[in-house]
Amino acid sequence: MKVRVFVSLKNGVLDPQGRAIQHSLEGLGFSGVQDVRAGRLIEMDVDDTVTDEALDDMCRKLLANMVIENYRIERLG
Amino acid sequence: MSFRSAVITFPGSNCDRDMADALEKVSGSAPFRVWHGDADLPERLDFIALPGGFSYGDYLRCGAMAARSPIMQAVIAAANRGVPVLGVCNGFQILTESGLLPGALLRNAGVRFVCRDVALRVENTQSLFTSGYDAGATLRLPVAHHDGNYFADAETLDRLEGEGRVAFRYAEDVNGSVRNIAGVLNATGNVLGMMPHPERAIESAQGGTDGRTLFESAVKGLTST
Repeated sequence: MKVRVFVSLKNGVLDPQGRAIQHSLEGLGFSGVQDVRAGRLIEMDVDDTVTDEALDDMCRKLLANMVIENYRIERLG
Repeated sequence: MSFRSAVITFPGSNCDRDMADALEKVSGSAPFRVWHGDADLPERLDFIALPGGFSYGDYLRCGAMAARSPIMQAVIAAANRGVPVLGVCNGFQILTESGLLPGALLRNAGVRFVCRDVALRVENTQSLFTSGYDAGATLRLPVAHHDGNYFADAETLDRLEGEGRVAFRYAEDVNGSVRNIAGVLNATGNVLGMMPHPERAIESAQGGTDGRTLFESAVKGLTST
């Protein structure tokens, strides 16, 4: 089963990479981009027996740093 | 009495020799060199150092993989028993990732790698690592990092400040660190993480000696008892 984990910086945590991307977009002439936040997508292929609890545990223990990041898990079936 | 220290080397560490050299020159005893895959530390250690570098290629997040390596479980246990632990640069990132120190180190606010000497203020001269510095002293130490932008929530920062756990503060804007924090201590004062490199400033041939006092403080504090 394919699983996607989206990791993003929490609100209130400054995202210098997002800001740099925003500036680059402006430099290319794209207008109307209010804010950019850069995150991370982790795709995994896991056995069907891997539980939601186990996926949650993976995120908390390694995939996300809970001090600065949030995560969202998506099962693709 | 010989000073029993250990320098941990992870795949991608590149300041481990400088760290070992500094410890040997100041303490007179060569440190044990310990590999990340080892499960155990040498016995009866006085001091553990986590050096700078790019452990595990900085994959996922700086220090994230190293913090979960076998040897770090032993380092965490030792730190919780009170053994002094110094983490410099990537070592600081490993300490926050392992939960031994609060907060996190984000990408520099200017999105650039910063590699130069910076001015620092010693904020706490009571700790094991900083007792040899004069109160209010300003130091010059090299920094070399891409992810040294210290972050913690306001509540954590207030607690750190209130408990005297901000060991060093930048005296200039270096990387966007909140409240210009360059180094922090744990609650019991035996773990210090800092982005600047004291091991790169222990003799004049390196261009400065302001880092030497940190090692001298620790060696004196640990061998005089």
